[in-house]
Amino acid sequence: MAETAADREPAAAGARIAGRDWRLVVINWFRELTLVPVIIVLMIAGAIVNSVFFTTSNLINVAQGGADLGMVVVAESLILLTGKFDISLQGTFGLAPLLGAWLIAPRLSSGLGTEWSPWVGLLIVLGVGLLVGAFNGFLVIKANFNAFIFTLAMSILLTGLQLGWLGGQTVYNLPSAFIYLGSESWFGVPVSVWVTVATFVVAALFLRYHRIGRAMYAIGGNLEAARAAGIKVDRIRIGVFMVASLLAAVGGLMQAGRVTAVTAGQGSNLIFGVFAAAVIGGISLEGGRGRMMGALTGVILLSLVTNILTLSNISSTWIDAVDGAIILIALGLARLIGTERT
Amino acid sequence: MQGNSPGGPADGRLPGARSGEVGAETVGEAEAVFKTFGETKALIDVSLRVLSGECHGLVGRNGAGKSTLVTLLTGLARPDRGTIRLAQLPAPSLSDRGAWLARVACVYQRSMVVPPLTVAENVFLNRPTNGEGSPIVNWRRMRERAHDVMLEWGFDIDVDQEAGRLTVEQRQIVEIARALSIGARFLILDEPTSSLEKAAVERLFERVKRLRDGGVGVLYISHHLEEIYEICDRVSVLRDGELVLSGNVGDISQQNLVAAMVGSAPPRHAGEIEAVSKQGALGEYRLKVTNLSVSSRSGSVAELSLEVRAGECLGLVGLEGSGSSTVADAIVGLVKPFAGTVEVNGKSVPRGKVDAVLRRGVGYVPQDRHARGFAPQLGVGENLTLAILERISNPVIGIVSFKERDRIAQEQAQKLQIVARSLQQPVASLSGGNQQKVVVGRALAPNPSVLVVVNPTVGVDVASKEALLDAVGRARDEGMAVLLVSDDFEDLRICTRLLVMVRGRIAREFDRPPWDRQRLIAAVEGLEPAAAAMMGSDG
Repeated sequence: MAETAADREPAAAGARIAGRDWRLVVINWFRELTLVPVIIVLMIAGAIVNSVFFTTSNLINVAQGGADLGMVVVAESLILLTGKFDISLQGTFGLAPLLGAWLIAPRLSSGLGTEWSPWVGLLIVLGVGLLVGAFNGFLVIKANFNAFIFTLAMSILLTGLQLGWLGGQTVYNLPSAFIYLGSESWFGVPVSVWVTVATFVVAALFLRYHRIGRAMYAIGGNLEAARAAGIKVDRIRIGVFMVASLLAAVGGLMQAGRVTAVTAGQGSNLIFGVFAAAVIGGISLEGGRGRMMGALTGVILLSLVTNILTLSNISSTWIDAVDGAIILIALGLARLIGTERT
Repeated sequence: MQGNSPGGPADGRLPGARSGEVGAETVGEAEAVFKTFGETKALIDVSLRVLSGECHGLVGRNGAGKSTLVTLLTGLARPDRGTIRLAQLPAPSLSDRGAWLARVACVYQRSMVVPPLTVAENVFLNRPTNGEGSPIVNWRRMRERAHDVMLEWGFDIDVDQEAGRLTVEQRQIVEIARALSIGARFLILDEPTSSLEKAAVERLFERVKRLRDGGVGVLYISHHLEEIYEICDRVSVLRDGELVLSGNVGDISQQNLVAAMVGSAPPRHAGEIEAVSKQGALGEYRLKVTNLSVSSRSGSVAELSLEVRAGECLGLVGLEGSGSSTVADAIVGLVKPFAGTVEVNGKSVPRGKVDAVLRRGVGYVPQDRHARGFAPQLGVGENLTLAILERISNPVIGIVSFKERDRIAQEQAQKLQIVARSLQQPVASLSGGNQQKVVVGRALAPNPSVLVVVNPTVGVDVASKEALLDAVGRARDEGMAVLLVSDDFEDLRICTRLLVMVRGRIAREFDRPPWDRQRLIAAVEGLEPAAAAMMGSDG
């Protein structure tokens, strides 16, 4: 309860309050962009490590890898902002495209043999996303299960289904409509990159300017206050779970398109990178704080790290360890410059 | 203005406990301390001395420097200039927490007990019980010693209980017991009565007197001036970081005390129940509660009916646990009643659905502003408009109009005299009084036809209290139907009618001001109406 300078007030009460505090606006933007210098340093490091780094094809490669991750980071950030989290997004990321692919691929390439239209397959992917999200949301919000343990169990279940369903086989030979997102390019840039960037922009604008976006910040900041203000807190939170799972399914579709197949292991261990990117980017695990712009810089940073590690000829068995160490260093940096908020 | 409640002994002051007595030694002292935060001077050469065996009141508006002084006295910060002395010894270094804890303890407004541990564990938190330096916990000895401490100071608490099950009052006792058992003889009580019901306050006073008689020096911080007069020997007043008044309580009139706190122009109604004199014509029934029955841990309600008309402010008065705040929660839908109906503007509202109730034109100021009042990280403007997001956004696509938001927020901020650097300043960084103004502003922003307000002035300074009550009073004059649930008699000055609740039922009605304080207290305490009438015979 210590009084700080901020608590002390000028004596004149009832005076008009300044509408915009430009100092605060600048500080907030500065916060969101604090990772930019780190990203620049990484790029210089990348150029030193391997001359391939600064080629167009490699950078597009980085962007495309970041696109899949980015979709799930947007998804997780939305849930984190409302004060919950969802570990099973990685399960949805794998299972949803797998089910879609299974129903449309021929029997020879591990499909069911029904060979449905790819459009139906796409609907199934999205449908699975919505369904898993609704299930998670309902049980975490309405039935009050602990988000951590419940979505962890869901994640194990979904990943297990993905593996067990096809006995560990890979579904390939997919129609072009199904893999369009991950395999086609517009103006030389993969469609998945366009879509992910657009998703970030829409999410950022929605959070800033839409009434539900603002309500999400209020819910994450103080759930009971939001409820007492008449905000439909449960409906919004379940909706956020559904949208997030939907985005994760689309992210999975992107990866499936990129490798033109759905493997039994798609999505495994993805969620740790997702949390890391969001937290490094300033999304608070406590809810209510953080912006999409910061989360995007987190995604870029993590994708660059992965790429540079691959290019640096570190033995593949060591990549995970180095990856982890670099995430820890990035977290430390984020703490120093004040973007990470516990 | 002594609180002369029928049950409480107001004259229990013992001789020998007076300040300045020979033999009384200083337990805590600040000498010409000076402290700045950035540009702001939080404390300017403040000197204050607390003697053993005295209760020393410390009052001042929010932001006057009380909390800063407490942080200096408890070793959480170091003064820029000046000295802190405890038990006549120079203050230990800030890192030596153990030495501080052995000499001074502060019981804060918000409880510092660890809920899942037992009372005994809380008392001996982080201290060896198996001999000095041993890391092994000796459970038997811990329980015995905790029990001894309780016995020695006359506290009646089972030391094996889980601390999470204790009432607010009992948690306070645990904290005091912890401090005493470490050996501290200088206790700081920071707003100790803010969440206690009346009977618990009386018991707290008894304990403070017992501590005082046992040679403990108490620094008593409170917004309730009548408490200062009831329990304190001396009082010091801080204003804008300076000590402006200090002396024996008996020598300072309440008027002078308030004047010292506020500076020029004391507020109009300080410390008195002064009811509305003029009363406009009452309009139609806006809120109708019929046979409401709720079961709740914070006080159940049995078959309660009440009505509030436009332009009326109905005060619902009751002790903590009487069910008065449960009625408010049930009306707005935070708890689901098992029987009864709530009608707003002639239409019954769905049970247990807050958003639906609020949409029917109900404004709500919740009891605990930290728990339900505001989103701390969001700005003043956003918090003020939280209940009207739909109105300030495009009905089809939902885009929020920032211009409209700022306009409405500005309007509320001016009505309530909110002081903030900008509309974007996070509410977490405002003082308690301004935070509460934001909560009330949020409820008033939709211009509701019914306003439900629970304890709107808990823990706020005198000037903010006036601003808050004035704002609610104005809303009533403009034709709002107000239900004010409060156990603070000063809040009742804006009421036009009172209902007293005892154990979930309405015990008594007072149909027109002015309120007879004695009768009111008697009714609230659950004394028989006949007895109550006798006590307030000349009212």
